[in-house]
Amino acid sequence: MSKPLKKKTYGLLAEYDSARAIYHACEQVRDAGYKVWDSHTPFAVHNLDKAMGLGPSVLPWIVFAMGMTGASLAMLLQWWTSTIDYPIVIAGKPYFSWQAFVPVTFELGVLFSAFGAVFGMLGLNRLPMWYHSLFNSERFLRHTDDKFFIAIEARDPKYDPQKTRELLERTGALHIEEVED
Amino acid sequence: MSHDHDKPFVLPADQIHIPAGSMWRKMPIIGLLLGAAGIGGAWATSHGDTHAFWYAYLVGYMVFLAFALGGLFFVILQHLVRAGWSIAVRRIAENMMITLPALCLLGLPIIFLGAHDLYHWTDVAAVEHDFMLNAKKAYLNEGFFRIRMFVYFGVWTLLSLFFYGKSTGSDGKPELGIRAAHSMRFWAAPALFLFALSLTFAAFDLLMSLDPHWFSTMFGVYYFAGSALSMFGLITLTVILLHKSGYLRGVVTTEHYHDLGKYLFGFTVFYTYIAFSQYFLIWYANIPEETMWFGYRIADDFLPLTFLLVIGRFFIPFFFLLRRGVKRNAFTLTLAAVWVLFMQVVDMFWLIQPVRAHHHALESGDHVMHMHIGAVDILALLGAAGVFIAAFTWALGRKALVPTGDPRIEESVQFENF
Repeated sequence: MSKPLKKKTYGLLAEYDSARAIYHACEQVRDAGYKVWDSHTPFAVHNLDKAMGLGPSVLPWIVFAMGMTGASLAMLLQWWTSTIDYPIVIAGKPYFSWQAFVPVTFELGVLFSAFGAVFGMLGLNRLPMWYHSLFNSERFLRHTDDKFFIAIEARDPKYDPQKTRELLERTGALHIEEVED
Repeated sequence: MSHDHDKPFVLPADQIHIPAGSMWRKMPIIGLLLGAAGIGGAWATSHGDTHAFWYAYLVGYMVFLAFALGGLFFVILQHLVRAGWSIAVRRIAENMMITLPALCLLGLPIIFLGAHDLYHWTDVAAVEHDFMLNAKKAYLNEGFFRIRMFVYFGVWTLLSLFFYGKSTGSDGKPELGIRAAHSMRFWAAPALFLFALSLTFAAFDLLMSLDPHWFSTMFGVYYFAGSALSMFGLITLTVILLHKSGYLRGVVTTEHYHDLGKYLFGFTVFYTYIAFSQYFLIWYANIPEETMWFGYRIADDFLPLTFLLVIGRFFIPFFFLLRRGVKRNAFTLTLAAVWVLFMQVVDMFWLIQPVRAHHHALESGDHVMHMHIGAVDILALLGAAGVFIAAFTWALGRKALVPTGDPRIEESVQFENF
């Protein structure tokens, strides 16, 4: 006989009906000191990242590192193939004709930067993600349509089922529900 | 985020007008004095060496012509693509553009007095004995050169007067501004054609024909890339200086800095692409009449200058401007803009002066490329700077610092980068 699974709480989900409302709600949640929470809007709301107190992304550094790696690898590959592995004199030019290697170096730098940007973005967003607790909420489906949501997760150190709910009520949420994990 | 469409959008008058007592309003006189002193001083210090004088004059002229043409390009482009962000800084570019009539006048001495010292192909006897120059005679002859220069000067003057007149004419009159905006957008496309053709051929005639045996179809774009780059540098610098003196605050914001910084970065890459492509094709084909142009630029004294060009035009600004924070900070952006302007001077020097050194190396028989930077070079540069500064600051003080009649000025002032 298996014991019935104890249901865990993912967090609290608050619903708003305008960009203005969620913008100010985010400022209040940010000022209350919460860290593990997110907002969901049907379209990009300007400066919502500032209202949420999000810092700059580390993605540019990943892109830069990948770009430099790609460019270096390209130059290294061409140097090795044309001076050590299989040296051929082409048009009377030196084996290591860096001028001829610039286009490939540039292209590989761009290619690796693009890989860094796309896969780095996916990685930082933990995508692809096959399951997300918020979809347990029926109302949440409207976040791609006309509703705005703030979700504060239970694993946030400041999370308290009662106090967090009161905070969200003060922000003017139209509806608050507890979401299962 | 808040828009109040019931009230008309009005900018604070003390932020967009430079009052009569300001230092900015004295700059036209200072500029004229500097121009006269610079050009006069350059003539005096050249001690009758007309070669030295005219080469130095051409360096200064091409540096400042680049700003004016860059300003014209900026204005045409922003109208063509109906850009919203740039309206708050467009008047700065318009003021740079309206220096074109003055710079056309400054170009007349090159056509009528300096051509024989600068351009070998004006020597009819030498052309007769030179197979290649003889073949190019139909294009490279003094009569046609003068006609072409007058066409370029005419086109530039007309375009700059048209866009300047339309824009300043609707200052403070939004009802006129809508019609002016449509009219400028309509004419922007043909204007860009005229601009591209006139700039390309002017670069061929004024710079490339210094070495008439050499040719590169990319040369016009090369001059354009440097021109656009230095124009963005000067817009940035002007806005920062105006902010320091207490103007345009809350009108031109960090968001506009960021976009100007992006343009500086973008055109750094564009310049590198053009400059490297020009070098790359010539290096690959390895045809003597083409490679010698680079050959004497990497010889002797000019080799360090060529390295400076590669590092200073690409590596330094590229890595410096990569980060977002650098483009949003007035101090770091000032550093970038000043560096870009300095490199434009280096670039023009690198394009022009090696030709004279090459002539000298061949004529004197020692076959060594000597680089001289003397009082005549610095004074000629200051002289051209004086004329440009006089016209530019006169225009700055004459009208509002932003096109207040533009129907989308509010959009531009409140613009934010994502």
